[in-house]
Amino acid sequence: MIRGTIIVAQDTCKGCELCIVACPQDCIEMSERLNVRGYRYAQLKNDTCTGCVNCALVCPDVAITVYRQPKSTSKKIQPAAAVA
Amino acid sequence: MEANEPDVRIMKGNEALAEAALRAGMHAYFGYPITPQSEILEYLMAHGQKRGAIVLQAESEVASINMVYGAAGAGRRVMITSSSPGVSLMMEGLSYIAAAELPCLVANIQRGGPGLGTIQPSQGDYFQATKGGGHGDYHLIVLAPASVQEMADFVFDGFRLAETYRNPAMILADGALGQMMEKLVLPPAGSLPHRVPEWATVGKPKKRERNIITSLHIEPEKMEQINLHLQEKYRTIREKEVRFETFHTDDADIILVAFGLSSRICQKTVELAREKNISVGLVRPITLYPFPKSILNTLADIANAFLVVEMNAGQMVEDVQLAVNGKKPVYFKGRMGGMIPSPEEVLREVELIAEHHTVQA
Amino acid sequence: MTQVIEGMELVYEKPQTMTDAYLHYCPGCGHSVAHRLLMEVVQEMGIQDRTVGVAPVGCSVFAYNYMNIDMQEAAHGRACAVATGVKRVMPDKFIFTYQGDGDLAAIGTAETVHTINRGENILIVFINNGVYGMTGGQMAPTTLIGMKTTTSPYGREQATMGYPLKITEMISVLPGAFYVTRQAVHTAAAVRKTKKAFEKAFEYQKLNRGTCFIEIVSNCPSGWKMTPVESNEWMEKNMFPLYPLGDIKVPTQLN
Repeated sequence: MIRGTIIVAQDTCKGCELCIVACPQDCIEMSERLNVRGYRYAQLKNDTCTGCVNCALVCPDVAITVYRQPKSTSKKIQPAAAVA
Repeated sequence: MEANEPDVRIMKGNEALAEAALRAGMHAYFGYPITPQSEILEYLMAHGQKRGAIVLQAESEVASINMVYGAAGAGRRVMITSSSPGVSLMMEGLSYIAAAELPCLVANIQRGGPGLGTIQPSQGDYFQATKGGGHGDYHLIVLAPASVQEMADFVFDGFRLAETYRNPAMILADGALGQMMEKLVLPPAGSLPHRVPEWATVGKPKKRERNIITSLHIEPEKMEQINLHLQEKYRTIREKEVRFETFHTDDADIILVAFGLSSRICQKTVELAREKNISVGLVRPITLYPFPKSILNTLADIANAFLVVEMNAGQMVEDVQLAVNGKKPVYFKGRMGGMIPSPEEVLREVELIAEHHTVQA
Repeated sequence: MTQVIEGMELVYEKPQTMTDAYLHYCPGCGHSVAHRLLMEVVQEMGIQDRTVGVAPVGCSVFAYNYMNIDMQEAAHGRACAVATGVKRVMPDKFIFTYQGDGDLAAIGTAETVHTINRGENILIVFINNGVYGMTGGQMAPTTLIGMKTTTSPYGREQATMGYPLKITEMISVLPGAFYVTRQAVHTAAAVRKTKKAFEKAFEYQKLNRGTCFIEIVSNCPSGWKMTPVESNEWMEKNMFPLYPLGDIKVPTQLN
């Protein structure tokens, strides 16, 4: 099973919950806490994320960054994020 | 033709304006047919594209003025022309263009109104041209030609003023000036340089911030700043760009004030009056915005009365009254609906005024 | 700056062709997904320096705050005319308009039809959510029969308010229309398809063969008075039958 994870920009999220619907792994939930604008925000609720990107694709606020374990772990792991 | 020989032609006013636009390096023209100015679109369709200009017949004046917005926003030299009802349709677009500070040249070859009106010449759009016309506090720079020569020359002046101040400029002519044929010397091509300004939306290179052409500033504090900036610009225009002509004003008891076609008629009236020993002079505003206020105010110290002659129900007369500021009486003679006053009927008004005001010996 | 996670590859991040501005759209609104897809394509094609967008009047009036490209803000309904002006003087640049249903299919109908009829080589992005969002949820030309809005409080009644305007089908018959498609952005699969459509449209613009028109049937949770999740379900059930997704006109010959 490929492992992945997401980072949600908490203060950008407006709590629309579309990512929860889009997630095939049922690994996203809304926070109990409110962000600075008063919204609950999306967060991972377990470690079943596969980094499939679906949540990010439907996120209207471009609040989700997605990471995935490279297919071949023998390779040196160089995050593509270095470009950012 | 020899290189330095003047390019003398006999042309219709509309065609002279179109030819001048090509010589002034106009990049794009967006038009829509309407009498009495369709020759401009026809001329440019026939000659413009061959000479490298973009010429497009739009689906309406509403569309054409917004095409001007787009092309001017891309930093190009753009012209649009129409006649009164068509210009009314452009008022929304002109308000946006003025607010977004885009240079462009508009020509209104006026016809009689209101409504569909008539296709005969009129000066009924003075208010619309000089006071803004569309919504909000803005002004066009307005030039009023009185000959076919000026129909051509003012194209160059119009583009220069529009680009200097990032503001739409308007040539306010009428159907007679558009249709009449006169001798003129065509201005030479290539005398008005142009470069795409740095604010133009041409595609954002990596190293500069993106360029935005907009008139939307939702915060009232910002919108007021924009307005203050525009008002400052109009103040500069009023200080620097006033143009007018005077004719026999030095010793005049009665001053005629007229622009465009009316000023030609009044010039004849001045001659007729002087033959009858009534000392009459003429002030002809060339820029209607900015309006030549101070010359009129100065002449009010010398002359006894003013007579404003217009082909409308009395529009510029209000600006003359403001300029004279109660120093002397300001009378009005107007014809409407496409009628042109004759020099003789203006003379009759002059004679009536002369009777009421002691003519100094 | 995107965070680096040890042992993980970055597989999705915000495109650099979007600005850092906080999106003003309501929670769950499809507008910003469409913005993002457009900007992803502009970034991936490397055409940021050759792209000029035209924003409408409506909810997406501030599109230029989010797209990191040169843009012009048009008067209500006039985006196609503005884009015509931009494209005619810069035929080698990529030009698109971004318009809602009120802007494109009501006040701007003439400009839309004639721009496509001239076959202007631009992309028109048309967001159809059946309602005037910005002004508070009034009836749009695309509002469904029976649909309640603030100006059809008892539901749109055909007899007095007319029919929903299927402008995309209408303009597809114009010879100037080169590529016409209707898409959505409410699911991951729909988003992938819409992005493909944007890619095609920008590629086609290089061919100078006519107007590309992409309708995106979208939601308006605030205007429809639903949660974002409910609004997407309602859209599938009620909007898609009248506005079915898929290509309406595809180029038969690309050369």
